[in-house]
Amino acid sequence: MQDSGISILFKGINFQRLLGGLGITLRIALITIGLSILLGTIFGLMMLSKRKPFRFFCRFWLEIVRFMPQLVLLYLVYFGCARLFGWDLDGETSAVIVFTFWGTAEMGDLIRGALTSIPVHQQESAAALGLTQGQIYRHVLIPQTIRRLLPQAINLSTRIIKTTALVKMINVAEVLKVGQQIIGQFYRSPDAAFWVYLTIFLLYFIICWPISSLAGWLEKRWA
Amino acid sequence: MDWTFILEHVPDYLGGAWVTLRFGLYGVGCSMAVGLLCCLFRFFRVPVLRVIARVYVELSRNTPLLVQLFFLYAGLPRVGVKLSAEACAVIGLTFLGGGYMAEAFRSGLDSVEKAQKEAGECLGLKGSQVIRYVLLPQAAATAAPALFANVIFLIKETSMFSVLAMMDLMNVADTLRTGGGRTIEVLFMLVVAYLVILLPVSAAATLVERRLRYAGFGH
Repeated sequence: MQDSGISILFKGINFQRLLGGLGITLRIALITIGLSILLGTIFGLMMLSKRKPFRFFCRFWLEIVRFMPQLVLLYLVYFGCARLFGWDLDGETSAVIVFTFWGTAEMGDLIRGALTSIPVHQQESAAALGLTQGQIYRHVLIPQTIRRLLPQAINLSTRIIKTTALVKMINVAEVLKVGQQIIGQFYRSPDAAFWVYLTIFLLYFIICWPISSLAGWLEKRWA
Repeated sequence: MDWTFILEHVPDYLGGAWVTLRFGLYGVGCSMAVGLLCCLFRFFRVPVLRVIARVYVELSRNTPLLVQLFFLYAGLPRVGVKLSAEACAVIGLTFLGGGYMAEAFRSGLDSVEKAQKEAGECLGLKGSQVIRYVLLPQAAATAAPALFANVIFLIKETSMFSVLAMMDLMNVADTLRTGGGRTIEVLFMLVVAYLVILLPVSAAATLVERRLRYAGFGH
């Protein structure tokens, strides 16, 4: 019998399978975001360091991720490392390594930007008021930095989530791959591909849209 | 590193680079046009169109290009809309880029003070003249860094055209990799090829931005 259209999405556990694939995507994205915030903070502080080699190193790193498509970086780690060092990294690990490498630099640059956007007189006025260095950071600098940083950092997070779609290309069974498996199984249904890809499109939208709306709202509120 | 292998395959990469660059630039051009239109619809509060522009911008900015391409290339033909790979590439990249360009233009227009528009109208300029001679030049100067960042972003995104079976740089490299087992040489050339394409774009961006900074008004 021919199953037509949208019904195959809800046939058996197809929809759960798609969501499972999406779960893998999100897991990679969340680990990446966490690591990027952590390492990005260090990266951002290094970019502001007085030591030239640190700044040069960060600049170089940032230029690499700005110029190389993430797919190329993924290939370098997934196929290149296996060949060059004999590391047999699985797709998910490679993805986390690559996206963290990219996210750290981008997050670091945002943190640098947020920190430098605060006028020097803020720190000087606080010092003149007799605040200790610790108090200056806690009550003056960090709150202002976070206001500038948070909307941009949230936007970067949606970019990371969207970029994880790429792991399909290194054979991770994320949502696109699962979708293709489902389409393959129901090859008799002519428009299965249409509905499956439309669903994946909407799933991404449902996840990313609220997050980027939050970023837009915060930006407006704190502007 | 096997240099004879590398030299032998330079022409393949040149072909791939041409596809990457050509379709990247088509996409950039169309994105700018779509982005500018959407931005103007919203700026002048054109009824209906401005809602469509809003929905479109959100859809394009919140979904991955890879998913958009699969939908265009493998999904739409199943309901009767058949597009060539090249058409999918340009439409896909434009769909993605239009949203980003619209936001870049919008931030530029937002930065132009309202008094500028009013002053233009007071001088008796028509709506279209206000846009052309007063708003756009100032908005473009502010938006330039974001616009150039988008150009580089879009050229990088062309690396996904390999799923459309187009012989762009990524696909050339992938074909050579699976064919010969010279992974390191293949990937090395891929990195060099993208650098050769993107470094001049980035240098041009810096140059233009520096020029435009002088055009800033009242700073």
